[in-house]
Amino acid sequence: MITTILTTIAIVGGMAGFLALLLVVAEMFFANYGEVIIDINGKRKLKVKGGSSLLSTLNENKIYLASACGGRGSCGFCKCKVRSGGGPLLPTEKPFLSPDEIKDNVRLSCQVKVKEDIAIIIPEEIFNVRQFAGVVSKIEDHTYDIKELTIQLTQPTEINFKPGQYVQLQSPRYGKIKQKVSRAYSISSSPDHTDYIQLIIRRVPDGICTTWVHDFLKEGDEVSFTGPFGDFFIQDTRADMLFVAGGSGKAPIKAMLEYLDARNSTRRMGYFFGARSRKDLYLDDLFATWEKSMQNFAYYPVLSQPTEQCEWNGRCGYVMPYFDEFIQDVNNTEAYLCGSPGMIAAVVKYLVSKGIPKEKIYFDSFA
Amino acid sequence: MEINAFIIFIASIFTSNILLTNFLGMCSFLSVSKEVESSVGLGLAVVFVMTLTTALNYVVYHMVLVPLNIVYLQYIIFIIVIAAFVQLTEMMLERFSPVLYYSLGIFLPLITVNCAILGVSLFMIIRDYSFLQSIAFGAGGGLGWLLAILALAGIRQKVRYKFVPKGLQGAGLSMIITGIMAMAFIGFSGIVVIQ
Repeated sequence: MITTILTTIAIVGGMAGFLALLLVVAEMFFANYGEVIIDINGKRKLKVKGGSSLLSTLNENKIYLASACGGRGSCGFCKCKVRSGGGPLLPTEKPFLSPDEIKDNVRLSCQVKVKEDIAIIIPEEIFNVRQFAGVVSKIEDHTYDIKELTIQLTQPTEINFKPGQYVQLQSPRYGKIKQKVSRAYSISSSPDHTDYIQLIIRRVPDGICTTWVHDFLKEGDEVSFTGPFGDFFIQDTRADMLFVAGGSGKAPIKAMLEYLDARNSTRRMGYFFGARSRKDLYLDDLFATWEKSMQNFAYYPVLSQPTEQCEWNGRCGYVMPYFDEFIQDVNNTEAYLCGSPGMIAAVVKYLVSKGIPKEKIYFDSFA
Repeated sequence: MEINAFIIFIASIFTSNILLTNFLGMCSFLSVSKEVESSVGLGLAVVFVMTLTTALNYVVYHMVLVPLNIVYLQYIIFIIVIAAFVQLTEMMLERFSPVLYYSLGIFLPLITVNCAILGVSLFMIIRDYSFLQSIAFGAGGGLGWLLAILALAGIRQKVRYKFVPKGLQGAGLSMIITGIMAMAFIGFSGIVVIQ
């Protein structure tokens, strides 16, 4: 009896072991792509080990393409042009690419595997993107669901960015969350302060990163992020500037206005901040001081659902009907929007119907 | 009784289609039959895996299990062999056909637990087939499965543009279609019958 059991175990174990060994040998043979060369913009050549995704291979070589989902092919941020050697376009990429991008050989770098010599084109700014470490020096509660973090940089100790750009904050494993994720947040402090950045983060129900920030992160904790990313900048013109952003969309607008205030800008500017009720308003005092220091800046908070307790005598309803208070010449107005894709689409549609040229509407959309 | 391998091959495609007469391999059959393109991919993978695992399991059964008198281990050993073989297939697909690899996605590992694959190996033992007969049975079973999923995917692509009552959408209607297809396949039974 006992011998039967033992031989059975030995045979099953032996066969499983043999097959496992076979697989390991096969993997060495099949999954070994050797050394390949990545040609970047025709200027730099990287010698790397083949086999992993383009995104992670570039990351290992300290070139950080934007990615919010961590390479799972669900955010569509890590686009780059692949001139040769990327293999065929995969079904996992198609939903994120427009027909023009497909024609232009744009790919999602997290889905492209580096198996042969490959030539890619990435924006030069990406080379500025670095990994930063810092310490949370201050956490302010702005509203019941919005916090502003101040992160003092430790390694490296300086950051250069343009107002309106964003970084990707990495949340560690915590509580029941078993994975590290990185999420994009706009920098809310002015680039004139190079030794720290501020981020305005609104709680997203069940959000991995925002729950960590709101419930677990404490002052003095170490955090890391990559950046800066994004092309949401102040245009260097004399045109009037119309800002529209609600909730945590205030972050890049705050950075821009602080930057403009420090330069005593005299451009005509109006910021429409849409909120539900008075308890969603924040940093009003700061914007009021800018109204005084910049003669041509006006702040327009608008409440969509003010309650009795709000004692609100200001503007009510949606922000869009109030734009008329600010817009004087549609051909001399630039719009800067930050918010959810739905809000951006609605505001862009409204502005275009008002006659503002589409190419003068700049936006930062976050899902 | 010695049946011609070719007859087994034809019979396992039409008259004793593994899916439509034994209703094995239903899970991937229902989930991957939305698009003709990906159903062909999965179908071909099944043909490939089924043919070769049947041959492999024949060898393992007659060279290892029978001499060692441990025939009762056939279930577990067959599953191990199939799992290892699917892993190997996955590796080769990733290397040589990334498009197919990504379009099959999670469904390739699903073949590992596709009961049709194990079912064919077990039927081969029960029916006491020879090596040649087994290969014919495996290939025919795979092709029959491919034919069935291809037919369902084609029908489902048409159904997408038709009005379907809410309660029947998705799996509900697919099950009904599968049932009608199974009945239609009875029409082939005049050609040849094997057991």
